[in-house]
Amino acid sequence: MELLVASAIGILTAVGLYLTLRLRTFPVILGISMLTYAVNVFLFASGRLTIGSPPILRDGVASYTDPLPQALVLTAIVISFGMTAVVVMIGLGAYLGSDDDHVDDLAAPSDPRGEDAT
Amino acid sequence: MTHWIIAPVVLPAILAPFIVLAARHHLGIQRVFSITGVAALVAVAAGLAWQASDGTVTLYQLGDWAAPFGIVLVGDRLSTLMVLLTAVLALLVLLYAIGSGWDSRGRHFHALYQFQLMGIMGAFLTGDLFNLFVFFEVLLIASYGLMIHAGGNKRLRAGVQYVLFNLLGSTLFLFALGAIYAETGTLNMADLAQRAQLIDPSASVGIRIAAVLLLLVFAIKAAIVPLHFWLPSSYAEAPGPVAALFAIMTKVGAYAIIRVYTMIFPPQLEVTTGLHDLWLLPAALITVAIGAAGVLAAKHLDRLVAFSVIGSMGMVMVAIAMFTPNSIAAALYYIVHSTLAAAALFLIVDLVRSSRATLEFTAAPPIAGAALTAALFFMAAIAMTGLPPLSGFVGKLLIMDAAFPIPLVVWTWAIILGASLVSVVGFARAGSTLFWRAQSLAPPADAPTPPAPATLSFVAVSGLLALLVAHTVFAGPVHAYMTAMSAQLFAPTPYISTVLDTPGKMSTPKEAH
Repeated sequence: MELLVASAIGILTAVGLYLTLRLRTFPVILGISMLTYAVNVFLFASGRLTIGSPPILRDGVASYTDPLPQALVLTAIVISFGMTAVVVMIGLGAYLGSDDDHVDDLAAPSDPRGEDAT
Repeated sequence: MTHWIIAPVVLPAILAPFIVLAARHHLGIQRVFSITGVAALVAVAAGLAWQASDGTVTLYQLGDWAAPFGIVLVGDRLSTLMVLLTAVLALLVLLYAIGSGWDSRGRHFHALYQFQLMGIMGAFLTGDLFNLFVFFEVLLIASYGLMIHAGGNKRLRAGVQYVLFNLLGSTLFLFALGAIYAETGTLNMADLAQRAQLIDPSASVGIRIAAVLLLLVFAIKAAIVPLHFWLPSSYAEAPGPVAALFAIMTKVGAYAIIRVYTMIFPPQLEVTTGLHDLWLLPAALITVAIGAAGVLAAKHLDRLVAFSVIGSMGMVMVAIAMFTPNSIAAALYYIVHSTLAAAALFLIVDLVRSSRATLEFTAAPPIAGAALTAALFFMAAIAMTGLPPLSGFVGKLLIMDAAFPIPLVVWTWAIILGASLVSVVGFARAGSTLFWRAQSLAPPADAPTPPAPATLSFVAVSGLLALLVAHTVFAGPVHAYMTAMSAQLFAPTPYISTVLDTPGKMSTPKEAH
């Protein structure tokens, strides 16, 4: 299970970073979403991986799972969800306004951008 | 337990929804509530700073849950000073925003402004790393709204960059927090300070990674090279008063570095040796150099000021990276100076922008209210570049004095002095083109004279500069206070014992040991 979770986090992070470096609004937002998924799983794993253990004190139970990372993940999910919504709106506004979805620095309107930037 | 310490967080948190819900269509009412709220914040912050000035550490346990299980707010000298600085800056910037009419150019300016203050205050007061993350997000999400206030394509595009960069920063912050929690099992700062001491230096891979990740996150906030790329276009495109308020946001990063790396990972801690002197100091020196180069290379006044902010953050970080009591005291003195000077400059940029077609350095007929604006720019530029007699000079002197014991002293002196000279040239060129050469050009006869900026705008800028003068005149007492503050930071035992030994509602009474 450790290998599975670790490689899942690694692949999600790699995909997220790759997409973030594409410098177009849509891939970058997707990439950041991937990164937030990766970090959510990572936070979850920071309380150690256990299966079938309750997080709350109960009679007759010997092993528990750490409840704090679950609370942290919940907060992180809510925040990243809200942030993604905000960045989609701002990105959409910027794209509709200037008809260009590059994330890197402003280019003069006459400046022809290389097609390979996608 | 007094509740005053949570007032700087709760007051804006109540005012902001009130402004959105009840006063949405009445700008006048919004202004009254916003000003009253911020003025009350100044009063509360002054009271808290006075309370902490004798070295008391005030603790507030939310819901009466004892640390490290509950979230705590802690007010010591450093937090209360930063809260006071934020409140004073917010009041003057708000006056400017009202005077210049920026708040009427888009919706919800005052509500976002209050949310922004809530986030900043919370970040300064919290004693819990995850709570710090939450307050970072509060201040960021409000800053996204403020950054694109009044719209416009260029501003929206700069806003997209700013938001995306900060989202990456937040993700990195979560990775760092996860790594710290996995290694230590706690996120309370005082508890972490104790547990980091117990980590075996031979098995410290996880905590080293966590410490570096955390430093990277704060370096993004503080705009240290090579993580400064978000700053120039965001600050240059943001509305003037918003950029001025953002002057405190880079200091949130500096504050977090001071707090975490004096208490949790102090320089003498074996598991994180080399982090400060090997990595942070050279990066800070490069930041100073890049800032100066940017000031010289900038073609627009707003970019020039943005790069001067990078340079002054570099100065702050040079002082912080030395991590001696003297250098931290110098850094704290410089933080106050740099916040006020940067805010004043951004407001002056806005004054110039309001009556000039472009901020490019080309000769154009004099702007409205040119004499007064030029005088204010002259003063603010002297402060920012660190020429005598204003506080930038005192601050740089303190930092260079603190650099004597470190091995890189020659480099530090050379870069600071060289960068100051280059900045002086950059600012002199900007000022002479914008204000002096303008006098030799007559405006076209049929050109409409742009209205002079409102008196309230000048009052706000003069207020910031008056604070800078006071910061210079009272440099002696202020520096003595900063030294006491830095002594408190380097002896964190009272802080830790206050946080961890105060009983909460579920604690069993401690047995005497």
